[in-house]
Amino acid sequence: MTATENIVAPKGDEVTAAGTNEGRQELQLRKDVSAKEILRGSGAVLRMSESEVAALAGTQSEDQTMIINMGPQHPSTHGVLRLMLELSGETVLRCKPVIGYLHTGMEKTGESLTFMQGGTNVTRMDYASPLNNELVFALTTEKLLGIDQDIPERATWIRMLLSELNRISSHLLFMATNGMDIGAVSMMLYGFREREEVLRFFQKVTGLRMNHNFIRPGGVAADLPAGWRDEVLKLLEALPPRLAEYEILMTGQPIWRERLQGVGVITRDEAIALSATGPILRSTGLSWDLRRDMPYLRYDKVEFDVIVGSYGDAFDRYSIRLNEIRESMRIVRQVLDAMPQGDYRIQDKKVTPPPRGRIDESMEALIHHFKIFTEGFKVPEGEAYVAIESPRGEIACYIASDGSATPYRMHVRAPSFINIQTMPHMMRGGLVADAVAVISSVDPVLGEVDR
Amino acid sequence: MTQVSSRVADDVRFVAKADYLKTLAKLRDEGFEMCADLTAVDYLTHPGRNIAAEVLGEIKLERFEIVVNLLSLSQRRRVRLRVQIAESDTTIDSAFDLYPGTEAMEREVFDMFGIKFNGHPDLTRILMPEDWQGHPLRKDYGAGNIPVQFKGAAS
Repeated sequence: MTATENIVAPKGDEVTAAGTNEGRQELQLRKDVSAKEILRGSGAVLRMSESEVAALAGTQSEDQTMIINMGPQHPSTHGVLRLMLELSGETVLRCKPVIGYLHTGMEKTGESLTFMQGGTNVTRMDYASPLNNELVFALTTEKLLGIDQDIPERATWIRMLLSELNRISSHLLFMATNGMDIGAVSMMLYGFREREEVLRFFQKVTGLRMNHNFIRPGGVAADLPAGWRDEVLKLLEALPPRLAEYEILMTGQPIWRERLQGVGVITRDEAIALSATGPILRSTGLSWDLRRDMPYLRYDKVEFDVIVGSYGDAFDRYSIRLNEIRESMRIVRQVLDAMPQGDYRIQDKKVTPPPRGRIDESMEALIHHFKIFTEGFKVPEGEAYVAIESPRGEIACYIASDGSATPYRMHVRAPSFINIQTMPHMMRGGLVADAVAVISSVDPVLGEVDR
Repeated sequence: MTQVSSRVADDVRFVAKADYLKTLAKLRDEGFEMCADLTAVDYLTHPGRNIAAEVLGEIKLERFEIVVNLLSLSQRRRVRLRVQIAESDTTIDSAFDLYPGTEAMEREVFDMFGIKFNGHPDLTRILMPEDWQGHPLRKDYGAGNIPVQFKGAAS
């Protein structure tokens, strides 16, 4: 690695100089790891004492097991996730996810982009639900600016519409990839087909299928285009029969049930201890959804059900996501009825550029426009943490500001990054083929895991 | 321990490094079941951070700050802890035994800031390659500072 040798190590690096050899990240042989690590690897952080685990660790002799690599290039790993599995025959004894293959330093990049440009950065993290990323970044910035109560109603409802449609498109993508991983290959085509319908609507509204940078601090980038209501209604009409087809193709099918039921089970206490959120937490029977429990936007004004499972297995997580599509459609219908007239962004000269028409006739407007897009706007000193419910769980943004136009530190609490920790617990004792079902049911987006 | 309501009305508490685990254990017993997020900030170029003296109390601001966001599912509320870490001693106790979900988050902070967590079961780099030198999110680690090498050129 010639490129890395030439980096001058900053002062205070001694703490890591020892013990960071190539390979330490990987799954280690049993004799080389502490009892505590085995404890964690065995998915028993809650139940066993160290001595119990030490006894358990001795029961497997190394020459009967095999450590294999799955990924980073493997079709079922949804990107570049690498799992190291310790196998005894077909049974998974231990598993360790090795990540970082897609790390591009987006949090570091965020420190040099203005709050105006930040949306283009965060939208690329969870590329399956970009609008939720933009939303959480915009909400955090608004909280720091102190304008979070002044966002126009129409902007808030537009945000809700897009956020829910994005949840639908993200879950449709899950349906596609989950189907493919389990062996229902035609499902992949159906899922992508329906998702494309939603993305086509996004393209009409934002100009892009993905990575929109549409939800910005202060509101949204543009008003909804003419005819948007018909487009949404067309979507709402097209989806239910397709979802019914999914039910026939998958839910009721014995092979499908056989592959998912009782696979990748996690208990409620384990999910909470491991900070898992979203469908994983709800599959254990805990009814927790930030949209209902800690409402943001206008989720307290709409009616919807929080879907929960009861067994904490992969089938529950599949069926929670399928039914969340239906709940999101219910919310979208209410948004259509409630969509108010008015501004689509805040009329605060500090954060809002002047309208395009004014730029041609007014020098001041041109200067104002230029300054906002080159220098950005200054955000008062402080720090804020805002969390919302993304399709994958709690996505949150923590921004520390030093009073300049760029965040001093921008951190995104990525649900996939945290949820990946549940994989070793779900896989222990299962078969290799079930490992694929487990990865799929956690639904990680690697762009968000590695940021 | 000092309790404040900031301008944006989050429940933020400054905790001394020595009381860190004790405070976490107490909050967990009070009903904060989940550690939603654990991250760090390097305040090298912004040491003041505009905090009123009465909020800080005994606590002295240091270069690094660990920021822990706890979530109570039963009471539907959040609390944020801010712990100061001196540049001369970048170690802190690991919260792994109380909140096993902090495992990956602490590894990320170790990787990005070089803060060591005592008692963490597997403290290795998580996002950067194993043999990477330096900690990218520190403020004295420049972005895009990789020197361009021309092999065999006269220097």
